Amino acid sequence: MAVNINVNGVPRSVDVDDDTPVLWVLRDVLGMTGTKFGCGLALCGACTIHLDGKPARSCVTPIAAAAGKRITTIEAIGATAAGKKIQQAWIELDVPQCGYCQSGQIMAAAALLTAKPKPSDADIDAAMSGNVCRCGTYVRIREGIKRAAQGVTSGKKGA
Amino acid sequence: MTSNRIIDVVESDGVDLSRRRFLSVSAAVGGGLLIGFTTGPSIGTADAAQNVASPPFTPNAFVRIGADGQIVLTMPYVEMGQGTYTSIPMLIAEELEVSLSQVRVEHAPPDEKLYANPLLGVQATGNSNAVRGAWQPLRQAGATARTMLVSAAAKRWNVDPASCRALSGVVIHAPTGRKLKYGDLAADAARMPVPANVALKRPEDFKLIGTPAKRLDTPSKVNGTAIYGIDARPPGVKIATLAQSPVFGGRVKSVDDAKAKAVKGVRQIVRLDDAVAVVADHMGAAKKGLAALVIEWDDGPHANLDTRQIVAELEKATLKSGAVAQNIGDADKALAGAATKVEAIYQVPFLAHATMEPMNCTVHVRKDGCEIWVGNQALARVQATAAKTTGLALDKVVVHNHLIGGGFGRRLEIDGVTRAVQIAMQVEGPVKVVWTREEDIQHDMYRPCFFDRLSAGLDGNGMPVAWNNRFAGSSIIARWLPPGFNNGLDPDTTEGAIDLVYALPNVHVEYVRVEPPDIPTAFWRSVGPSHNVFVTESFIDELAVAAKQDPVAYRRALLDKSPRAKAVLELAAEKAGWGRPLPERVGRGVSVQFVFATYLAQVAEVEVAKNGAVRVRRVVCAVDCGTVVNPDTVRAQIQSAVIFGITAALHGEITLKGGRVEQSNFHDYQMLRMSETPAIEVYIVNSSEPPGGMGEAGTSAITPAVTNAIHAATGMRVRKLPVANQAKQV
Repeated sequence: MAVNINVNGVPRSVDVDDDTPVLWVLRDVLGMTGTKFGCGLALCGACTIHLDGKPARSCVTPIAAAAGKRITTIEAIGATAAGKKIQQAWIELDVPQCGYCQSGQIMAAAALLTAKPKPSDADIDAAMSGNVCRCGTYVRIREGIKRAAQGVTSGKKGA
Repeated sequence: MTSNRIIDVVESDGVDLSRRRFLSVSAAVGGGLLIGFTTGPSIGTADAAQNVASPPFTPNAFVRIGADGQIVLTMPYVEMGQGTYTSIPMLIAEELEVSLSQVRVEHAPPDEKLYANPLLGVQATGNSNAVRGAWQPLRQAGATARTMLVSAAAKRWNVDPASCRALSGVVIHAPTGRKLKYGDLAADAARMPVPANVALKRPEDFKLIGTPAKRLDTPSKVNGTAIYGIDARPPGVKIATLAQSPVFGGRVKSVDDAKAKAVKGVRQIVRLDDAVAVVADHMGAAKKGLAALVIEWDDGPHANLDTRQIVAELEKATLKSGAVAQNIGDADKALAGAATKVEAIYQVPFLAHATMEPMNCTVHVRKDGCEIWVGNQALARVQATAAKTTGLALDKVVVHNHLIGGGFGRRLEIDGVTRAVQIAMQVEGPVKVVWTREEDIQHDMYRPCFFDRLSAGLDGNGMPVAWNNRFAGSSIIARWLPPGFNNGLDPDTTEGAIDLVYALPNVHVEYVRVEPPDIPTAFWRSVGPSHNVFVTESFIDELAVAAKQDPVAYRRALLDKSPRAKAVLELAAEKAGWGRPLPERVGRGVSVQFVFATYLAQVAEVEVAKNGAVRVRRVVCAVDCGTVVNPDTVRAQIQSAVIFGITAALHGEITLKGGRVEQSNFHDYQMLRMSETPAIEVYIVNSSEPPGGMGEAGTSAITPAVTNAIHAATGMRVRKLPVANQAKQV
């Protein structure tokens, strides 16, 4: 049965089982490969997307649960105020190494900035500790969030 | 400016470059020349078409300049996060006199003749030696191209080449101010003789080398456009996932696939001797199908294998003599006459790589050829195994390499490619085989476990007069590069155990090769040193404690003959505030090493809570890696290596029970998280020595710095990794 979803503002209809994780719909059905597969159990955050502006692990989110909600992915996060600032800070600090986890890191960081425009270190720990980076770019991720926060005045436009 | 560069490369990888790559591979195999490149780069502009008539300037396998002025640098080393796609172009661009924003980077095709790593003898990226290997040849490649462009301009102007100079992609005739762009000179330069000798720039004239260059790959890695192997999507691709025998050496006995075939989107079940794969429209269906399979396994001879048996074998092996890796003086005699004797046994476990991008490989097998999309550190081996598995000739196998979502040694191996080709041979059309995280962890090729037996003798002043070390474990080189294994030894397994930085009068080091039964072992970030530096830098710490001396002072007293090691030790100690008071249950630990041709010292500040929880609060690292190409990459690599090392030191362990790997995903094979990340400070020593390796050195040094700090905080000596819950007892 077809499921109707909205991805980055575009209505889409996909013919998959209701319990198919959003991750595979994005990557394999819609061909949007920016969202990454890391663990399949919401343990690493590589697949983080936004559902109605809130971070969600797409590897464990059934497509049925996304119906009627706005899905935002890394491909479109630069169109949000927080996402744009985060991406810019990431470029300025050369945060990524292998880069594979960074889509998820950026989605989690953008959600954090949207909710808390001036996050404390504890806020960053809480929001980002679900995202694994095997290259260990955490030091620069933290710096990046702080740098982006200096340029974010309002979180209301996020996602 | 640079934002589309890497994107161009990786996006074009799957489509229009494939044919040209195929041609170039064929040509290289046949004649050792990249004549395939004469069809011109796929830039997608009208100019590209003209290039067919006007061949680009290709003075060597690394530089190509089209008539349109497009400068393409072909990268023999892969990008897996270590910054190679910035540091290697810097070497060429420096001598070619262009800026990084003027170049485009392409992956090299598989070709051992053109692209072999000079330090390994095979086309591979590993052992922290990309910059070391490229330092001379790739600067030479740039200088050769620049010299020929200058000669071409001088000839056209009929002037002395010495009166011309190259600057920012233009040749200038200084006396008259005339200028010609590289693109306008490309056709002429191609006809100039290749100079036998070219002068390289003096370090004081460097414009790029030594400056913090922005990474060329960053823009594509922040917006989802960077393409990794797992993102390859050739038209019509199906997705497969697999279950391999949970016991190494086991076989499939029977498969009931009725329920799996009924899953929506499942297309095919592929059965191999020791694995079953489900091919589907998308990974969700493939995983659901896999879960619905009923597979009965024949576990084979290792059904009862347990890690404890493997360790017991290693322990037994250290009671017999092994191959002598190093002997200085007479350690036994010196030990017998020593005032104090110190003995210790150390152990390190199997480790998985857990690259964030799970293992994957996309393959299209046709009757007359095979095409592969993958991210791999050893491309020629990818091509070779596909040819061997399919029975096709080597030149019928086209390999598209990609950005790598974490290598750490895992992607120096081709087991995943072989497996994917086996599956693809039974599938019509292209198929992308994706390992689940569980398969990735449980069918990794592991950093070997080791067992080490050490003894040392101290004189009346507490200084070491004898050092004995005998250790047992797997040799990766013996399998991966057999000519490198000689007389029971290889340079990797012993690195960090021999040629210590310290002046020790009597040293005896032996290695006993013991391979675990059917458990594949492989390189893992910092490899030999990841094991040896933990052992030796812990043991020297034990000697300092036995001598009742300060660990930094004790080491420094042994470093008179190693001034670069002494300098990094002193710098790290000074910056860390060594000796300054710390709160209760907080300690500092130090380590110093010379591995991967780099001197490095670290001081870790560690807190051990009353419940045994260990937290690394701060790490100070001083590094002398010779000439620095990109200082920001050096800093990034140390930050990275330190976190990689702490992860393993505190949490990392793969164990087997009933022949099966017990860990499966990030809940039981834990990674360091943001909340556990220490402050990391990096101090780089100015040096004009040749470059040393930077990808791995930080990983081996951090482990003993952390465990020595635990000792300083609690008095507990960690002799077996990981630390895990050991500190609960103190």
